[in-house]
Amino acid sequence: MEKLLGTETVKRGMAQMQKGGVIMDVVNAEQAKIAEASGAVAVMALERVPSDIRAAGGVARMADPRIVEEVMNAVSIPVMAKARIGHIVEARVLEAMGVDYIDESEVLTPADEEFHLLKSDFTVPFVCGCRDLGEAARRIAEGASMLRTKGEPGTGNIVEAVRHMRKVQAQVRKVTHMSNDELMTEAKNLGAPYEILKEIKETGKLPVVNFAAGGVATPADAALMMELGADGVFVGSGIFKSENPEKFASAIVQATTYFNDYDLIGKLSKELGAAMKGIEISKLSLEERMQERGW
Amino acid sequence: MNKLVIGVLGLQGAVTEHIKQIESTGNIGITIKKPEQLAEIDGLVLPGGESTTMRKLIDRYGFLDPLKQFSAQQKPIFGTCAGMVLVANELSDSSDAHLQLMDVRVKRNAFGRQKDSFEAELDVKGLEIPYKAVFIRAPYIEYAGDNVEILASYEDRIVAARQGHILASAFHPELTNDVRFVQLFVNMVSESKKVILK
Repeated sequence: MEKLLGTETVKRGMAQMQKGGVIMDVVNAEQAKIAEASGAVAVMALERVPSDIRAAGGVARMADPRIVEEVMNAVSIPVMAKARIGHIVEARVLEAMGVDYIDESEVLTPADEEFHLLKSDFTVPFVCGCRDLGEAARRIAEGASMLRTKGEPGTGNIVEAVRHMRKVQAQVRKVTHMSNDELMTEAKNLGAPYEILKEIKETGKLPVVNFAAGGVATPADAALMMELGADGVFVGSGIFKSENPEKFASAIVQATTYFNDYDLIGKLSKELGAAMKGIEISKLSLEERMQERGW
Repeated sequence: MNKLVIGVLGLQGAVTEHIKQIESTGNIGITIKKPEQLAEIDGLVLPGGESTTMRKLIDRYGFLDPLKQFSAQQKPIFGTCAGMVLVANELSDSSDAHLQLMDVRVKRNAFGRQKDSFEAELDVKGLEIPYKAVFIRAPYIEYAGDNVEILASYEDRIVAARQGHILASAFHPELTNDVRFVQLFVNMVSESKKVILK
């Protein structure tokens, strides 16, 4: 048998290797090294963290390739980068650069308001955001090898990530216990491909890993998401917008591994300094909510 | 026959996948999150994941000496991918090796980045039919000592080997439904338990 590149097993497997870990947003080599030293399983190379994207306004695009390259050269852990929803060329450029994973992300301004990328066409694996099982199943059918909650990026407010994680989990449980004759109508109601729901019903779980993202700001937030069944955690603005990034990074990694060791999380949370300043979700207008992007 | 109890180091990585494979060989798989749990098990799997991260957590939670002691009792250890990096005596791109349990020099991410990750069929010593192996940002063994038995190579690079009670693979048996490679390790654990009981 010849060498098979970019197979489903290889793409999904890469995400499985990240389980129980923390993936951190970084904007330069120095931050990437801090993330790696704290025990991050991967870094997401960006031009700005989500809270700064929010503050800056305007169109948010793929990071400058120089930043991505700088980060790739700085660390030995995997490097991810974000492409705009539906932006085939940004994704192809990141793939050509040898990025390990692409996030087709609602944090950036969408390039296509109707279609997502056909991710199965690529050798590089993709992660996509989801708020419910319909969205999750559509992304999987397009070829996403990993999922994450959308949450509400750049807010430091965990409430939306919790909502999205609970929703997906509850819908997976519901589908698992459905009878076969109920499945097609459920597919129609969720806007989910039937074949994906059938697979979930048979195995009792999503076919790809599902991380938490969008609002994780403290060790307790990370542990909460693990407690709710996340396979791992993305931290965007939460680390480098905190008072002490080294301490926050290391504490969030430990709280993710030992999410049900409450004594430890208590200890970790002491003397951390201030977390990033948060935003109350109701203060955001519908247009300001990044989670509304994606179809 | 009594079931074997095989632990999987549960700091990070493909832990549940390994447990599932151990269970499908008819044995008991448990997740090891605390060093004292090592006393309960007959063999240990160091799973695939990020070796840099795992090493940080091994240090932070005081696993380094307990893991070395576990190995000193001649209890079998199986390192897959990141686990292979952890057991190596030497790393080619770094001066700090980790557990140093096997006389090999390992090159990390040796086949390239994720876009170079691949599946391929391998001839594995001890398995009659070729084995479909999954390589993800995989390492390989650049140098192996005389006392290391080479079990499989791909494109002339060593990707599976054994030295006494230590087994290592650059690929991920836990990502397939084929339990034959894990069975090789289970057999090692079974043999070692017989010796210890004697």
